[in-house]
Parts: sequence; C-alpha cells; structure tokens
Amino acid sequence: MEPRTVTKVLVGNHAVAEAIRLARVQVVAAYPITPQTVIVERIAEMVESGELKAKYIRVESEHSALAAVYGAAAAGARAFTATSSHGLLYMYEMLWWLAQSHLPLVLALVTRAIGPPWNIHTDHQDLLTVRDAPWIIAMAENVQEAFDLTLQGFKISEDKRVLLPFMVGLDGFVLSHTAEPVSMPTQETVDAWLPPREPEPWVLEPGKPFAVGNVGPDEVTMELRWLLWRAVERARTVIREVDREYEKIAGRSYGGLVERYRLSDAKYVVVTMGAWSGDAKEAVDRLRDEGVPVGLLRIRFVRPFPKEEVLEVAAGSRAILVVDRAVSMGNAGVLGIEISSVVRGRIPVKNVIAGLGGTDTGYEDFEDMIRRFVEEYESGRTDKWLEPEWYMPWFKR
Amino acid sequence: MGEDLLREALEENKLFVEKLLAKPQPGSAGPTGTWRTYRPVVNEGKCIKCGLCWLYCPEEAIEWSPGGLPKIDYRFCKGCGVCVQECPVKAIDFVYEGE
Amino acid sequence: MPVPIAKLAQVKRKGVVPGNPACMGCPHTLGLKILGKVLGDRAVLVVPAGCTSIIAGVYPRAGINMPVLHVPFASAGAVASGIAAAYDMIGRDGVVVVWSGDGGAADIGFATLSGAAIRNENILVIVSDNEAYMNTGIQASGTTSWRARTTTTPIYGKTEEKKDLALLMLLHRVPYVATASVGYPTDFAEKLENAAAIRGFRFIHLLSPCPPGWRFDADKTAHVAKLAVETGAWILWEYINGRFRISPMSRPYADPRRRKPIEEYLRLQGRFSHVKPEDVEFIKRRIEENWRLVKELEAFYRG
Repeated sequence: MEPRTVTKVLVGNHAVAEAIRLARVQVVAAYPITPQTVIVERIAEMVESGELKAKYIRVESEHSALAAVYGAAAAGARAFTATSSHGLLYMYEMLWWLAQSHLPLVLALVTRAIGPPWNIHTDHQDLLTVRDAPWIIAMAENVQEAFDLTLQGFKISEDKRVLLPFMVGLDGFVLSHTAEPVSMPTQETVDAWLPPREPEPWVLEPGKPFAVGNVGPDEVTMELRWLLWRAVERARTVIREVDREYEKIAGRSYGGLVERYRLSDAKYVVVTMGAWSGDAKEAVDRLRDEGVPVGLLRIRFVRPFPKEEVLEVAAGSRAILVVDRAVSMGNAGVLGIEISSVVRGRIPVKNVIAGLGGTDTGYEDFEDMIRRFVEEYESGRTDKWLEPEWYMPWFKR
Repeated sequence: MGEDLLREALEENKLFVEKLLAKPQPGSAGPTGTWRTYRPVVNEGKCIKCGLCWLYCPEEAIEWSPGGLPKIDYRFCKGCGVCVQECPVKAIDFVYEGE
Repeated sequence: MPVPIAKLAQVKRKGVVPGNPACMGCPHTLGLKILGKVLGDRAVLVVPAGCTSIIAGVYPRAGINMPVLHVPFASAGAVASGIAAAYDMIGRDGVVVVWSGDGGAADIGFATLSGAAIRNENILVIVSDNEAYMNTGIQASGTTSWRARTTTTPIYGKTEEKKDLALLMLLHRVPYVATASVGYPTDFAEKLENAAAIRGFRFIHLLSPCPPGWRFDADKTAHVAKLAVETGAWILWEYINGRFRISPMSRPYADPRRRKPIEEYLRLQGRFSHVKPEDVEFIKRRIEENWRLVKELEAFYRG
C-alpha cells in the first residue's frame, strides 16, 4: 500500500513544529533562544489558531521549560519543548531529573555553539553534554530527517520498552533555517500509528498518595540507575523497529542507529554526524571517482551508541576517520572518544576536530581531511593519531 | 524475541516504579517514640475535650473525635510537648521518660 | 470564619503519617497536617528541595499521605504549571499545590514563582517559611529576619531585611494571596478552603517557627507562632479577587497598644539573643511601618 503523504517546502524549525502538530502534543513549554525560537513561535501560532489542541506555557526560563514539561509528563500528558546551546545548559539539572524519573517526552535541540564568544551557529557541543544521562539522543542530517525523528521520537520515547525522554538534534541555521521539501504522513496515518500517550510508567494523580523519589538506601539509587541503563539498551531494538515500521507510513527508513553510505566495500571509513554529513558524502563520492575505497558511517543516534554497527564496520576496514564537531577538552573529539571506546585498538582511529562555532566546512575540506587520512595510513604514519587534529587551514599562529 | 523484550521491560518498569515510589506508612523514620525524653500524659479528669492538643500535634500522633478524650500514640509521639504547652487547662503532664 | 476544630477532626484521613523524619515540634508537619485535612483527597504536592524533602520519609515508606513529587530546588512553580496544564488537557480534577520552603520560593525559585504567578497558573503555592535554609543547617535566606543569627550570619545576625513574599505576589495581580501562621491552624484551614474555591494562581505565606533554627524549645512552636501575631510582627491578611482584609486573629493588633511587647517574642528565640536595645527600636519601627502599609492596602482594596 502506498503511504499517504503530503509534501511541503519547510525550514527545519517549521518541519519540527509540523511533527508536533501531527503528534497531537498536549503540553508545550518553551523559552526563546536562537536558532530554536522559530519552532516554538510556530507552535504558539498553531495553539492560538486551534490547529493544535494543546496548552502552551510561556515560561520564564529554559530551566522552567523543562520543569514544566516534566510536570506535564508526570501528570500523563504528551509533552514537548525545544531549545539550543545555553538554553540546554540552563536545563541541565532538569535534564537529569526528568530522565531519571523514567518519563517520556520529546525535546528538539537546534544545535548551537556554547559561548563565549556569543555565537549562534552550529556545533555539537551542546547536544553531547547530555550523553551521560538516560536520554535517547538522535541527530538529523536534513530537514526531512528532523521531521521524521521528531515524530518517531514520541513513538520510541513512549514505547513501554523505553519510556525515556528523546532528544532530536538538528544543526542550527544549516537545517533550522533552510527550506527543503518535506514529505509528511497525513494526520489520519499518524493517528493510527501513534495512539494517545498512556500514562506509563507512573502517573501523579490526586487521591493516589505516593512520594516520587524519597531519600532511601544508597543501593536503591544504584538499582534505579541499572534499570535506566537497561531501558536505554532496549531502545536499540525499538529504534531499529520504529525505523523499519516508519517506512510503511512514510516511505522512508534510514538504517536504524546509523546510516551506512557506500560502506559495503569500503576500506576507509569516515564517521560524521549531523548536517555536514551531506558535504562529507560529496567528498566520499569524489574520492570514489578517483578509486579511493572510502565510505561513510553517519551516527544517527548518540544514545544508545551504535556499538554493534561500529564494530561491524571496523571488522571490514583498515582505518577510521572521525570528524567531530565537539571536543572533550584535554582528551579528544567527543565522537572520536566514543568510536575509539568501541573499536578498542582493533584498527587505527584518527580524530579531526572541525567546524566548531559553525566554521564553514565544505566538501573540499572533507576531501582534504580524507585524502590526508588515507595517505597517513598508507605511509604508516598513524602514530600521531593519538592526538586529535584541529582542522583550521586558515589559522596562522 | 520482541515479546521477550517487552516482558522483560514490563517487569523492569514495575521494579523501577516500586523503587522510585514510596508509599505512606507509619514509621517512615522508624519508631520515633524512642526520641522522647518526656512523655505527655493526659489527665483525663482535668481534660475539657476541646481538641486543641489534637489540633496542634505536629505529628498527627493524637487521636481525637469531637466530644471525646484525646489518645496519644506513643509509638510515634516524639515528645515535643506542643500539646502540653497548648492545653488551655494544663491537663497534659509532661513526665520524664528516664525512670 | 476559621474552620471549627470539630469539622477538621471529622476528617479521619491523615495528611501527615506519624513516625516521619521531621524534627520534634516541626511547623511544616503541623501545616501539612492541616493541608491534609482540608485538601488531602484533592491535592498533589510539588515539593522543591528543603525540609519537606526529608519529612516526606525514607524509602520504601512515605511520611506524607498525599501524592508528593520531589523536584529540584528552583523548579517547583514550573513543574506545577505543567501538571496543571496536563490536568486541563486530560480533564482531571485536582488541586496542584506547591509546598515550598522559603529558599525554594524567595531565593533560588523566585523567578519560577514569579513566572507562574504572572501567568496566573491554576496552582496553589504554599510557602512554609521557617526563615532560613534549615535543612542544610540554618543558613540565612531572603526571608530570614533582620538581625537573626544563622550559621552564615553567625555573629551580628542578618544585615538585610526580610523579603516580603506575600506583598510581592499581590503585585503580580493574582486572584488570591494570604498570610497565615501555624499558630492559627483554623485560620490557615479557612484560607486553604477559600484558595481551593478559586481558579488561578493562589499564594499562602505560612509563618513556620522552627525550634532548632530559631533556637527555642520544641514545645513552643505554636506559642512562638502566635506571639509573632500578638506582637504585630507577623500580620495575618487575606486578599481575594480585589478585596483585602486583615484577618480576625490579627485585627486587634492593628492598635499598637493591644500588642504584646516585641521583646517577649525576641527573648524566646536564641537567634535574637544578641540584639541591642537600638535594634529592638528599629524592629518596632519596622513593625509599625508594616501595619501602616497593610492598613493602607485594606483601605485601597475595599472590594
């Protein structure tokens, strides 16, 4: 059966708002921050015009935005918020409190650099600060995928095997403010696929007295952490399943936790995440034309981390290049560390840090990075890969 | 396999909820009656059954129905003495627990 | 009319479960008990960090017989807003109550409180004000009284004045604001009933004298709370939709000659043991000024 869809040209922020409308979200709380603001402006318009039957809480801070949707989720509603950069950092305490309460909701993060200096352009530092909390964390490559992940977010988040909050990342401006055609399933299709939220795993209601999160034996804290770990682990299966199912209602699937691009016969693997993966793919194509056996592994989900997928790729290739848009100061790029922790020396991993603060990184740059990576490997100069490379060709000390 | 995962999830979610949610039950800090140094004792002959001791007991450790005598639950009465202080006819003695 | 004791006693359900971790003579449990009597079946409590985080009991037991959601310090007003919004969407009845200490309301959570108030969220905020961060060991807060000694104002006492939360909330133009005292549970109960009957943002500032924090004997909790009113230092009033009224328990003390001497109130509390006669004179002037302000408000908001 052909999926019933509607196609519109939308900027990324509006695409996310459309997903919220189709998901029939009941409570939205948000605070403005560039480049996310357009999402919640559009949702405010939907709520006031009656396109979306929801409560819109105009909170006084991001901390309160996440606190308010936490309350809504605890009371059994389907809830959504969105933010960027400093807004996410201001939410940080609530990010943990919410996730460790084992409650589902969706947060759209329009990625943006953390200051100083003030910089509203994208990198992935904000998104990756959440990686240690029990969130399901996804990152889109294009506007279509930002829409798809937002809608799938509710399905994954509310699945009884998961019941954890879901973060969908999309690169600030590159996706949030860029218009692309977006194919969307009809409301009827979405309603059949995504039924109203059930108040699981627990719900706060009058007359049912219990205290959520009393002090107690330290062992209980550890046991609760382990149970959260189990739920994050289960999310792998659910993510793959929802990705496959989604094909039936939308006509698209992505490959689960990762996207594999020209990998089947690749000897060299580039790992990227987010919108610039498009540029990296362009570079891969160009190098393939020259006969370089390179492919790309795109990380779609940071949490749970695609361990099996990475291992599978490592098993069939010579070396991995991880191009990172975030850095863990004093060690390496964040994804570089993540990939290395899975590969564990099976094959050499090179890590390049690039594009911080939205620094323009085009396919020529990726071509340059990949070319040098292959040369270094083939001439046996992988010993210097212990340290990440900072890709700043313009920079003169 | 999908069903196994769901069954496992439902069990673990239940366990999580059991461990996150505490249920009202007396003695959430143990038998707090052991905290007492002094014991409030109602002098039934003097009591005018006004209910003020019941009203002011911060522990809800006094049972009282209008028209009746108050009854103190010594398992949990911490011996703060608020009832002794608030009794308008001094009908509650404060007796040293030491002996 | 204050709620008669007999009426409260007819409610057999306990809001506070005996044997909880509260200190001897705790004013919070006294307040929670009254809340339980009036709204126990209808309330869900949002509790930011503070004494009540502990009073709520040690897992697997709970010391409060109402639904309690523990939340981070600065989040209560917002969490409650979200619950109220969800209940509206789902069509569930209930009174969403923020049960906060003074730190969670006046200091770290003030922006959130103010935000919830100005949005006129359908929530009832009760600040059980024991005038310091008692749970962490008596550190000064925004509502600690001037000159009160705390562990962060250990020698001279607090050098700043008490933040008047109730008046700040009144100027948010919300439908209901009141002050109350654990010394007058039947007046507090009436205010809870009145607040519960209104939709929108409701605020009750409950004075909760703390035996270890204020340094008086545990049996004096209600006594000190009443003295605060009888000396005129704490004024009970209630504002409902445009009408401001000094509460009957405070009414007599509008006349300074009928007030008990403030020294009597201060003398009972170790936290004021160091105050000098000139400090007492200042406190008296401030009390008189507060009364003038409250009387003006009563005249202004005749309703």
